[in-house]
Amino acid sequence: MRAYDLIELAGRNLREAGLRNSLTTLGIGVGVASLVAMLSLGIGLQKLATRQLGRSGLFDTVIVTARGDSRGPRFSQAAPVTGQAKPLDDTARHSFEQMANVAEVYPNFSAVGDLRLEGAQSAASHFSVVGTLPQSARNSEAFDDVQGTFFSGGDAPEAIILSDFGRELLDLPREPRGTDVKLTSEQASQLLGKVLVLKYHRREAGESAPLAGKTTKKGQRDPDDIDSPDDQQAQDMQSFNLVPRQLKLKIVGIVASEPNRGFRQGRTPVFLPLALAESLDMVQAGELWSTLRPSETKTYTALIVRVARSKAVSQVEEDIRKQGYSTFSILDASKGITRFFTFLDLFLGIFGSLALAVASLGIVNTLVMAILERRREIGIMKALGASDGDVKRIFFFEAGSMGILGGALGAGLGWMIGRVINLGTNVYLQRQEIRPENFWYVPWWLVAAALTFSVFVSLFAGLYPASRAARLDPVQALRHD
Amino acid sequence: MATNGTEFESVRTVSVVRHYKLGRSLIPAVDGVSLAAGRGEFIALLGASGSGKSTLLNLIAGLDRPDSGAIVVEGSNLATMTSEQLAQYRRHTVGMVFQSFNLVPTMTLYENVELPMRFAEVKRRERRARAEEALERVRLTDRMKHRPSELSGGEQQRAALARALANRPKLLLADEPTGNLDSKTGTEIMDLIRELNRTLEMTVIMVTHERPLAERYANRLVFLGDGKLVGESINELEKIGAAR
Repeated sequence: MRAYDLIELAGRNLREAGLRNSLTTLGIGVGVASLVAMLSLGIGLQKLATRQLGRSGLFDTVIVTARGDSRGPRFSQAAPVTGQAKPLDDTARHSFEQMANVAEVYPNFSAVGDLRLEGAQSAASHFSVVGTLPQSARNSEAFDDVQGTFFSGGDAPEAIILSDFGRELLDLPREPRGTDVKLTSEQASQLLGKVLVLKYHRREAGESAPLAGKTTKKGQRDPDDIDSPDDQQAQDMQSFNLVPRQLKLKIVGIVASEPNRGFRQGRTPVFLPLALAESLDMVQAGELWSTLRPSETKTYTALIVRVARSKAVSQVEEDIRKQGYSTFSILDASKGITRFFTFLDLFLGIFGSLALAVASLGIVNTLVMAILERRREIGIMKALGASDGDVKRIFFFEAGSMGILGGALGAGLGWMIGRVINLGTNVYLQRQEIRPENFWYVPWWLVAAALTFSVFVSLFAGLYPASRAARLDPVQALRHD
Repeated sequence: MATNGTEFESVRTVSVVRHYKLGRSLIPAVDGVSLAAGRGEFIALLGASGSGKSTLLNLIAGLDRPDSGAIVVEGSNLATMTSEQLAQYRRHTVGMVFQSFNLVPTMTLYENVELPMRFAEVKRRERRARAEEALERVRLTDRMKHRPSELSGGEQQRAALARALANRPKLLLADEPTGNLDSKTGTEIMDLIRELNRTLEMTVIMVTHERPLAERYANRLVFLGDGKLVGESINELEKIGAAR
């Protein structure tokens, strides 16, 4: 039998027992709706959680510190110690950059500065932590709704500020709750393109140090000198000067949340391009240690290694550790979160599927009824040349149609239920002055999967009735009662 | 009527046996029937209720399978066919009419006539032409869009005949075609069957228990009793009628 004949015959049968088939289809719809609603809740919550965490840039980041260096961020981690301890210098930085799956390596940078908006009515200056952003941060989620733009270049004299700091600059009151509130476009226009004057301290080699000329940024030094007693004394006396400097930065972008937060502690409201900041030789907080423990080469307090794929994090971490550094990543935590949501989705999915399973019994029931009712008709069709396969296909198609229609209905219904509950909850959240969140998410693949699953379940339910109809003995079916 | 040469032979059954289980005992519904029908022949199967005539007809129709023996129709043995081949055989080689008409009540006459052509995968346009032609042959063109329940018994049986013709079969099997009709309409239907038998040269095998009807229309009368062939007679009257 040709496909369109099959569709026509099955369609006619579906219409013939319209009410019954509609109710069965509705049953499937409710089943699919509950499945879609449950899973979209699970997916939405997972997305919300990973969005919050992903915004922080925690999951693809490995923090590298020199072993035994107490300057950088410290994390308690029982890491197996292998290899020799090595300084965290430019050589290390380059070797990390060469490793497979490493997207970029940049230093953990945190300095303090005094910031003032040029031409502002109030001459008040704002003492603030200054951080850096590598060019890759452009893709960070925080920039999804940036006001203004990203840095025009790695060493452009530009700044990106947090909207909170923007309010501070504009002498506006702080937001009472939730710090991730955007500025109004009017407020933003008062800041974008304006000049921010940064006062900072540059680290320069002290005059008393005989190595002054040599202790450049890279701090290369002739290793032969170490043994000479003069140098030993000189090394002990090594110092640097803090030279106040001033730099004008153009505000190019305002973001509501901290981009690439990673493991940064405290709040960093102002960001400079990475290359610019590195060229400034700003005195960083951790470097005060250096005055007490002078080192012969410039070393980093911590390097941040961003991994291209979060799956490769453990491998990269392992490789770096083998080279003799301490590392930290939140990989285990992320695994735990993924596992939790897998279980949650599974749990919600099972509950959602229960309704669909009940609905599939409805299909079996409807079709078995139809066989009893259409017993004679099946006999006639067989006498007229319908093969067992033809009869089977007609019933199968009827089951499948109910599955498709029910699935589509259910996906729509589930989506609507999700929207309504999401809306209702957000109204409630807003009353509680909590930022509304989209914790309900219906991805296209879920709609497609729900439809497919619904058709699959329906066809499975149609399996028994269809083969029973196909096996029907035409002689028995046509025997007049 | 020559029935020996295979070239002119439409149906041949060879020692066909069909048992039915009734509790623990086997009831032989058809018990070793050997019968041959030539092309264009009109055979009436006569016998009392339970004589096995309907069972034999169902076997020839390919709706049932023999337990032993062979049924050769137009050169192929039904006993060795797969169920798909049997369906194909029913589709293309035989047309059937029943005592209770067996039209699909939810379909119009046109749709009923079209139904076997759907299974035979006849193209839509040709289906329309063939269905109209078949309905015209049974003079029901004006009733095409009616449902069976809106028609008289005679009209329903004519529609069933049109449906049996749709795939242009070589063999027409009729199971008590007049059993549910009054004698006047019954005669109309029988006239129609004879007309098809003659003009389309279809072989007709008809089950009936009305001997006068059989004698009036069939070339040959075959008598069954307890599943066995008990007698056969060539219808002289019919022969004269046919010659005329």
